[in-house]
Amino acid sequence: MKMYSFTVAVAALFLLNQQQDAQNIIKKVEKNRYSDNKYVVSTMIIHGRRAVRKIKAKSWIKGEEKSFTEYISPARERGTKMLKIKDNLWMYSPSSDRIIRISGNMLRQSLMGSDLTYEDMMEDPVISSHYSSVILGDTIITNRKCWKIKLKARTEDVSYKKRIILVDKERFVILQDERYAKSGTLLRKVSVKKMEFIQGKWIATHIIFKDMLKRGKGTEFIINEIKYNVKIPSYRFSKSSLKR
Amino acid sequence: MIIPVFAIKNTFRAGIKSWLNAFVLSLSIVSIIWLQGLYKGMYDQGTRAMIDAELGGGQYWVEGYDPYDPFSIEDSHGKITHVLSEMIKEKSAACILIARGMLYKQGRMYSILIKGIDPEQEILSIPSGILKEKNNGIIPALIGTRMAKNSGLKKGDIFTVQWKDSKGVFDAMNFQVSEVMKTTVQNIDNNQIWISLNTMQKIFNMHSEATIVTIKKDIKPVNAGLNWEFKNLDFLLQDMKTLVQAKTAGASILYIILIFLAMIAVFDTQTLSIFKRKKEISTLIAMGMTKNKVIALFTLEGMAYDILAVIIAAIYGVPLLIFTAVKGWKMPAGTDTYGFALGDVLYPVYSLNLVFWTLLFVFILTAIVSYVPSRKIAKIEPAKILRGSTF
Repeated sequence: MKMYSFTVAVAALFLLNQQQDAQNIIKKVEKNRYSDNKYVVSTMIIHGRRAVRKIKAKSWIKGEEKSFTEYISPARERGTKMLKIKDNLWMYSPSSDRIIRISGNMLRQSLMGSDLTYEDMMEDPVISSHYSSVILGDTIITNRKCWKIKLKARTEDVSYKKRIILVDKERFVILQDERYAKSGTLLRKVSVKKMEFIQGKWIATHIIFKDMLKRGKGTEFIINEIKYNVKIPSYRFSKSSLKR
Repeated sequence: MIIPVFAIKNTFRAGIKSWLNAFVLSLSIVSIIWLQGLYKGMYDQGTRAMIDAELGGGQYWVEGYDPYDPFSIEDSHGKITHVLSEMIKEKSAACILIARGMLYKQGRMYSILIKGIDPEQEILSIPSGILKEKNNGIIPALIGTRMAKNSGLKKGDIFTVQWKDSKGVFDAMNFQVSEVMKTTVQNIDNNQIWISLNTMQKIFNMHSEATIVTIKKDIKPVNAGLNWEFKNLDFLLQDMKTLVQAKTAGASILYIILIFLAMIAVFDTQTLSIFKRKKEISTLIAMGMTKNKVIALFTLEGMAYDILAVIIAAIYGVPLLIFTAVKGWKMPAGTDTYGFALGDVLYPVYSLNLVFWTLLFVFILTAIVSYVPSRKIAKIEPAKILRGSTF
């Protein structure tokens, strides 16, 4: 009986230690990723059934709650703008010259035919506040040594109940993120193909988003340019800026 | 009495001219009755199908539910009150839970409505009995033929559905098509799948909740609680009524053309008749008949075409209308997309009311069209005509 109690205590201590380690890793990941203001020029490559489309956009991001994106190419998408403030998302389409609020089931629709949904854009990326974490082990991905960490939702209102992430041991960048449904079905997979050291931070500059229930190669997201701590005027995050 | 007898005799004496006029008029009468019957049949058939498969004797809607607002569907669910629960237990009502989801089939995704219904319900003509769970981890689903066609699903197919439960958590599971139902009611078919209510409440984390509670036909609605509002059939069938009214209004252009052609024929005949028979008119006036009586005679002659037309219409129209009412009218391809709950065959409905009002309408119009040229008789100077000069 004593031996059993001792084993349980050691196991509990080990688990607690693992959780603390995992939490520390997550905090470092977030510290590496977090910045007050960002300006990003990105290219989204959508692998469709018949053709590949490239969509280029400029984004201004303030913290985790505000972002403004303007699509600059191709011609069909040029001038389309998106504004995110907390849980609200508005979209401006120049062809209709109207601002529409994306809500309800529309959030789950594909973003410009990609594997990303509008909801994916809305997601709160602060992992530590929504998930408890535990290290499952070590692994190697794209020649990088990683921790395999399991994230479990702390509250009932988190989109994905379970996530399994692979975190680069040296650079503290998430190299792979598998997001699961409540039933255990793998829904989304985010894989990092390239990292770059920019302004003192390691950042994923080539990411592949894959809706695992859909066929295809997924959607590539390439960061062409990124600037941290840029000055963003406050009008940028207003609805009136969508029509400018 | 002499004037009507005279009028009928004169009409028959006119020979082929009268019969042609009457035939044209009969064509208008039969066409109008047939078209009106077709729209009446469309409404009756549509409402009957909707009541049987979707509306029952009316519906309780949870607060905030609006079938035409896709944004509100996610929040449109609420606890079933004690009153409604009792009605459901007594089999006087059936509840339906509605939520949105994404269907994945062959790597493509479709936005769909997921509807949960009690497999034991007997209120609606949906074959819900096949939705009982089989404990193999796959949820049995029922779809309609339109949904099957649009999504490429067929009986036995397994597909994945992804949704967000009431707490906002993503979930996905496999469903299997247990049956493809053939229904004329698009509201229970288009872009939607039906599953067992219990399963849906469980997987969506909406225990004891529903969106709609449909009551049995001929049951008196009661106050079901604050969050539930009763919608009667007048309200629920309003769209159908408006659609049929719009279609009927569109068809009235055809009635106007048909009637116009028939009336032109009557008008021309009357004008020519008065011109050709001016000596006869003058003689009648010279013999002591008042001008008004002569006008009445000619007006009645015109109206006699209408009586003849009714007889002719009865001869060929009644068998034709009965035949279409019994055999129905095969709907052309594409009618399914009109928004009506119609079948492949449409059965016209002819009521006595419809026939009576159509005949009365044509009768009054013929009387007016016959009277207008006859007024010229008042200007006739019999002495001059009989002497040989014209008026």
